[in-house]
Amino acid sequence: MSSDTTTAAAPYDRDVFHVEGEEHPQGSTLLGFWLYLMSDCLVFAVLFATYGVLGRSYAAGPSGADLFDLNLVAINTAMLLLSSITYGFAMLAMDKGRVPATQGWLAVTGLFGLAFVGIELYEFVHLIHEGATPQRSAFLSSFYALVGTHGTHVTFGILWLVVLMAQVAKRGLIPENRRRLLCLSMFWHFLDVVWIGVFTFVYLMGVLP
Amino acid sequence: MSGSTTRDNHGHGHGGHHGHGAHHGDAHGDAHGDAMGHGTLRDYLIGFLLSVILTAVAFWLVMYNVLGKTNLTAIAIMALAAAQIIVHMIYFLHMNTKSEGGWTMLAAIFTIVVVVITLSGSLWVMYHLNTNMMPGHLLDLR
Amino acid sequence: MPSADSAIFGRLTLDAIPYHEPILLVTFVATALLGLAVVWWVTRAGAWGYLWREWITSIDHKKIGIMYIILGLVMLMRGFADALLMRAQQAIAFGESAGYLPSHHYDQIFTAHGVIMIFFVAMPLVTGLMNYIVPLQIGARDVAFPFLNNFSFWMTVGGAVLVMASLFVGEFARTGWLAYPPLSGVAYSPGVGVDYYIWALQIAGVGTTLSGINLIATIVKMRAPGMTMMRMPIFTWTALCTNVLIVASFPVLGATLALLALDRYVGTNFFTNDLGGNPMMYVNLIWIWGHPEVYILILPAFGVFSEVVSTFSGKRLFGYTSMVYATVVITILSYLVWLHHFFTMGSGASVNAFFGITTMIISIPTGAKIFNWLFTMYRGRVRFELPMMWTIAFMLTFVVGGMTGVMLAVPPADFILHNSLFLVAHFHHVIIGGVVFGMFAGIVFWFPKAFGFRLDPYWGTWSFWFWVVGFYVAFMPLYVLGLMGVTRRLNQFADPSLQVWFVIAAFGAVLIALGIACFVIQIAVSILRRDQLRDTTGDPWHGRTLEWSTSSPPPDYNFAFTPVVHDLDAWEDMKRRGYKRPVSGFRPIHMPKNTWAGVVLAGLATLCGFALIWHIWWLAALSFLTLIATAIFHTFNYDRDFHIPVEDVVRTEGQRTTLLARA
Repeated sequence: MSSDTTTAAAPYDRDVFHVEGEEHPQGSTLLGFWLYLMSDCLVFAVLFATYGVLGRSYAAGPSGADLFDLNLVAINTAMLLLSSITYGFAMLAMDKGRVPATQGWLAVTGLFGLAFVGIELYEFVHLIHEGATPQRSAFLSSFYALVGTHGTHVTFGILWLVVLMAQVAKRGLIPENRRRLLCLSMFWHFLDVVWIGVFTFVYLMGVLP
Repeated sequence: MSGSTTRDNHGHGHGGHHGHGAHHGDAHGDAHGDAMGHGTLRDYLIGFLLSVILTAVAFWLVMYNVLGKTNLTAIAIMALAAAQIIVHMIYFLHMNTKSEGGWTMLAAIFTIVVVVITLSGSLWVMYHLNTNMMPGHLLDLR
Repeated sequence: MPSADSAIFGRLTLDAIPYHEPILLVTFVATALLGLAVVWWVTRAGAWGYLWREWITSIDHKKIGIMYIILGLVMLMRGFADALLMRAQQAIAFGESAGYLPSHHYDQIFTAHGVIMIFFVAMPLVTGLMNYIVPLQIGARDVAFPFLNNFSFWMTVGGAVLVMASLFVGEFARTGWLAYPPLSGVAYSPGVGVDYYIWALQIAGVGTTLSGINLIATIVKMRAPGMTMMRMPIFTWTALCTNVLIVASFPVLGATLALLALDRYVGTNFFTNDLGGNPMMYVNLIWIWGHPEVYILILPAFGVFSEVVSTFSGKRLFGYTSMVYATVVITILSYLVWLHHFFTMGSGASVNAFFGITTMIISIPTGAKIFNWLFTMYRGRVRFELPMMWTIAFMLTFVVGGMTGVMLAVPPADFILHNSLFLVAHFHHVIIGGVVFGMFAGIVFWFPKAFGFRLDPYWGTWSFWFWVVGFYVAFMPLYVLGLMGVTRRLNQFADPSLQVWFVIAAFGAVLIALGIACFVIQIAVSILRRDQLRDTTGDPWHGRTLEWSTSSPPPDYNFAFTPVVHDLDAWEDMKRRGYKRPVSGFRPIHMPKNTWAGVVLAGLATLCGFALIWHIWWLAALSFLTLIATAIFHTFNYDRDFHIPVEDVVRTEGQRTTLLARA
């Protein structure tokens, strides 16, 4: 709600200088969490900028075209997209107040998230076995930093999801828990948006000739 | 950090509803301060469908080299990415100009401006540094 | 093969304690004795429980604000001691004499001086002032996320603790305050110094970012009814813009330092000279944070001056709207100028021209502000109280300092002045003349609000003159030296003709030291004379904004009833329209509970940082996992608020009624 619009038509007379009774400021959590996400955007901006500047500094080592397996990336992207829609279903179930359905969709979301992280770890291990370690070149340093930071975010998202499932199990869909689920929802979809940048700029552009 | 940011919401938000009658239920709480993050099934399905199409087209363009030219493909997949980011922001993050009095939109626009400055500025600055300070014969040695 | 010792203690051995350096040893003994004395005093007074309940775990924005300011002032002593050491060294180290500081020690001192002054003096003072004043100015009872506020504060303390620890355990960075690679890379700085730097800033930076989010949400969401954006006090406006800058720039610092840490810990090649790495990228990234940081510090000072000028001229601020727009324009422009810190790196004419022009453009909104302040004073009934004196000193000093900045913004001129003492003189000119004077103005102005008595003006005047005169004596010689081509960060000089300028500068530093001493005396004398200096009205300066409508010090809940705002300068409007303070109809007030979680989490983060610095991997892992577990455990606590019973409100407000009647 906008305080500007409400106060323009303030219900207070010119000579009233205090609120009778208790004033109810609105909840700030979602705005605050949104601001946190915006600050996280800047973290990723730095990592993208670093990748943009150093991403072609192969130091005579392997390039993206040598390393990336787009089939794997496509599967990984599918995992994340699916987890987004299932989180959406969890939120719809939450709106209807259905605890079991909410928990079920959250669990499915978590599994897709785990699949995403698992595939990414598999990719990293595979690359490292081929000698494409983070130390090998500035390109690989910035690649691992960007993709790894995103993966770390997803990992913490899964941890947070598990914690929230425990809290919903314990307390039900009380307002506090709903608010927390909304925050995680924003976090999860935000990571989706970042991943769009990652698969486009790192993987797809990386294999272009 | 995300965890601690969210979980400290014990300020004045919802606690203020004590003793003000039954109409201050959950629904009220949500409509009151937590206007963000709500969508309908239709929204989610449209968003999912669009993002699947946009992702698939981008991968298809690159994996099968449909357009032939590198530059053209790069521009196309960047455009697709931009479109998909907007789709996600509208259908999954439920962004609009009204939620939280427009502050989320304002914050997002400001952030996008700063992100664009950071990205394009860094690339511009570093490109010029490289061309001026690392002449061609040095670049070959990298 | 790692030995058992290094598995347990990492790099930490007894050699890390510098008992072979007499200066450090004496400092350590003195600090330890002082610390023991404080501990003994608190124990004897039986005040540990009080400290824990009322301060350490407090989520009251007022107490957190005061603690921030105490932190800033304590660290000012440390940072200024470093400055005195440097000035003394540079005054004597000429020709044959090598001075008394060996270069490895001198290099740590100038690094620590810069880091401490920016991150642990200026930032806590600014954040503390915003924390204390903003909720009061907007008629709120606390910030939007009180627990987060406590946590942010203790994270800042954690960073400061690490910097202080580096003095006695190991060493600090020898790289300059921004730790440019490759010097800060592991090849040239293999010791723990840069690691102390990285983790201190990382931990404090998390706190700063979260505090920024908190204050934005507070200002956006918790303004009193009727306070539209264009009715917000100007200090709140500058606080909003500052926190926007914090949220949009500190993550850049964190990410950049994280990449540097990866280079040092994992062996990646972001900023190395090998395998495609590019140290210039670090310089580029760190200044994307660094330039907004400058405005993070100065904007709240502008806010303080605006409040002071309008209060002590007895007039509404001239050009409020233009002031707001100037602040917003500066906020955005501050992201478009970062390259002026490295014109000489070689981006070429087109890039340098762009950033030179954007830099010069920033002086336009800043100049508009200066005119607004001058026109506010024009035809006003100006009272030359201490805050106003600081403000006038600021206006004169800052204009000149700003003009030397415009000189530096001209790329060809910068090629001559870059890295010289001219630059050092310039940024001290604007930071001392702007931020420090602003913080002193703010502290003197709002001290009676926070403690219920004014600061003694006699010693304050001495402090003021010592500071202002000392500043000019200390830094004008550096302009001269810089124009003669003397570069910064040197600890020995060959040319004896330069010595006289350094001696003058050292004398100036002594004058500033006297200014600081007078400030300490001022506080002590004010505490002793608090009954004569008592403010019973809550409004000792005839203030104009809402913080002056409540008692001094304000009750825990700030306002018994949330105020309703009809005009800019709400309290002035209320006084003019014959506002009667309500004396009945009180209700219980809903408030957040204190919590142990902030200090515990920040303590674990600091421990983790210490372990990472010394490569004590098991401790780092353990403290990090404990940190996560504790945070999760804390989220299971849903019982986070309570009501102040109505009897308490009635009693507190009754006392105020008696006090006001007596005044």
